[in-house]
Amino acid sequence: MSDFVARRPVWSLLIIIAVAVLLWLVFSVWSPEMEAVLGRKRVFLSALFNGITLGALYFLVASGFTLIFGLMRNVNLAHGSLYLFGGYLGYSIGGLTGSWLVALLVSFLVVAIVGVLMQVLLFRWMEGQDLRQTLVTIGLSIIFADLLLWNYGGDTFQVTTPDWLSGPVQLPFVVALRGNGDPVMMTYPFVRIAILIGAVVVGVLMWLALNRTRVGMLVRAGVDDRDMLSATGVRVQLVFVMVFAFGAGLAGLAGVVGGTFQSLQPGEDTKILLSSLVVVIVGGMGSIPGAAVGALIVGLAEQFGSVYMPTYAVMLTFIIMVAVLAVRPQGLAARR
Amino acid sequence: MAIADLNLEQRARPRESFPDWLARRGTAFWILAALLLLMPAVASSFWLVQIFAYSMILGMVALSLMFLAGYGGIVSLVQMTVAGFAGYLVAILGDSAISQISLHWPWWVAAPIAILVATLFGTLSGALSVRTEGIYTIMITLAIASAFYYLTLQNYTIFNGFSGFNGIVPPVFLGVDWGQNLPFYYLTLACAALAYALVIYVSRAPFGLALQGTRDNPRRMAALGFDVVAHRVAAYAFASVIAACAGVLLVWYQRQISPGTAGVGPVVDMLIIAVVGGLSRPIGPFIGALVYVLLRTFSLDVLEGVGLDGRRYQLMIGLGFLIIVLFSPDGLIGIWQRIRDRYRRSAEARDGQMRSGGGTP
Repeated sequence: MSDFVARRPVWSLLIIIAVAVLLWLVFSVWSPEMEAVLGRKRVFLSALFNGITLGALYFLVASGFTLIFGLMRNVNLAHGSLYLFGGYLGYSIGGLTGSWLVALLVSFLVVAIVGVLMQVLLFRWMEGQDLRQTLVTIGLSIIFADLLLWNYGGDTFQVTTPDWLSGPVQLPFVVALRGNGDPVMMTYPFVRIAILIGAVVVGVLMWLALNRTRVGMLVRAGVDDRDMLSATGVRVQLVFVMVFAFGAGLAGLAGVVGGTFQSLQPGEDTKILLSSLVVVIVGGMGSIPGAAVGALIVGLAEQFGSVYMPTYAVMLTFIIMVAVLAVRPQGLAARR
Repeated sequence: MAIADLNLEQRARPRESFPDWLARRGTAFWILAALLLLMPAVASSFWLVQIFAYSMILGMVALSLMFLAGYGGIVSLVQMTVAGFAGYLVAILGDSAISQISLHWPWWVAAPIAILVATLFGTLSGALSVRTEGIYTIMITLAIASAFYYLTLQNYTIFNGFSGFNGIVPPVFLGVDWGQNLPFYYLTLACAALAYALVIYVSRAPFGLALQGTRDNPRRMAALGFDVVAHRVAAYAFASVIAACAGVLLVWYQRQISPGTAGVGPVVDMLIIAVVGGLSRPIGPFIGALVYVLLRTFSLDVLEGVGLDGRRYQLMIGLGFLIIVLFSPDGLIGIWQRIRDRYRRSAEARDGQMRSGGGTP
């Protein structure tokens, strides 16, 4: 951190100023003049929070994607299908057992097993052939999409939010002042807050696992130099299978999460895949912190875009991607 | 650089005239040419336009992808978008039923400008994506392609949003209405043949050889003094011209264009066509396109004929694609070559030489 400040003083200053302005915007009571320029504070705050929670969802999906890519050089274009599969599965399990947590867990496990099968049956036999692996994932995504359409039809589903997660919660941010000077506090759906906390916990756990455990050390070594790692006698295939299972499982888990506060329908797989592509391109491919930064940027851009420039909301994310590619092709957080 | 120059001179010396070149073609070439030229005598107009002309148009787009992937080692998913953009420009600059947007320029202004601007777009996205290497390209071009899709979907002032443009008619010139079945077939045939010949010519020209060098070993080529990035961007430009021409033909064929024309599905379909046909030779994409169009047109009848659900044709395409990728990385061309190799061991040396010209993706 201090290293970054020392190397990039100007950028650090700009980031600090931006964060300060943002904090001031969040905590201050907006005067009528400000509301005239920026619109209602309630709208601004909800766009901010929706963006952050959407970023949390994107982080869950994209971190698995970027982990698989970083270690195995496998652009898993079936990742969106895994997400949708996990979501549908969560919907079915949730309907059967009535428990959201069971649905979450089962989706994680089943999609992880699908990931293991993909790695063991297919990708293991074409190691080092990047393009062929990617083509296989394209074929798989078409097959998955059609199988899911066959089984679940074209209807829209939503995973039922459990009672202990539903309902609004009051946040300590003043939205406006009443006529008598009483502050109006912001209320926000609890489920989104819970998802944000969950994503942060997953992110921290992943960081700890990668940086503090032996397996994490092997994974990091594999990202840096796969051949050298296997030359030191590590059973690198086992590491591959584990990472693929974990990445796929995360996609399945994210499917349940996304199915809870968004909806599940055919086509959602492509949308999520594209979002995670942009997230990892912006953040830097193969980097978990990069996925977090990218997910936050993309989520915020989508939400603020849809509030302040509704016609071009989706374009905004891609413009950000193009700008990052032009200035820093390796992504914001990549080392190389 | 000196070595490279020497090589190029050696290559260029036996300059042959066009009749000599024609005389050197094998029997397969003549049979195919005669078949394609005389097709209208036997085929119904449905087969002529809906199957063959459409396959050749898709084949041209896939050919541009094959040129990049097979010779440059760049798998670009942006080619269908370039074609779609050219089609949109024809509709916007030329005539369409959406008269409040279309500028009603004559076709001989609209079409060249459309090709030019779409080529520019393809070159720019190429310049953007060659900054990163290898497998990253596929992700970046996919993202650019979907950005274009969402732009056309959400923009109503220029691209007319969800509904797009309809009522686009092929031009009438030289006293021929090119929208008629027979002239349109010959028009697409001429364009496809020209594109095919151009790709073959460029692949053997100094530029094409250098491009294949950058595919096989970019660092060595850079050390020899070749500008790898410039070669790749130029390859994008060349491929974009072909894709843009195909886009103009496509919009004349469909007589309408909407965001779905260059959506994520068709963009990925182009890669499927090129891979199924084979990325090692320029004829591959055309074969792939023909198979794809036949599957698309008849799979419903065939599936229901054997008692399966006709709506599962997407599953069939996916499975077929997966099988091809798993068992024959060279696509249908590769299968054909393997069968031929088995029967003609004597021609082994020549075949090997030809395959090394294309290489595996």
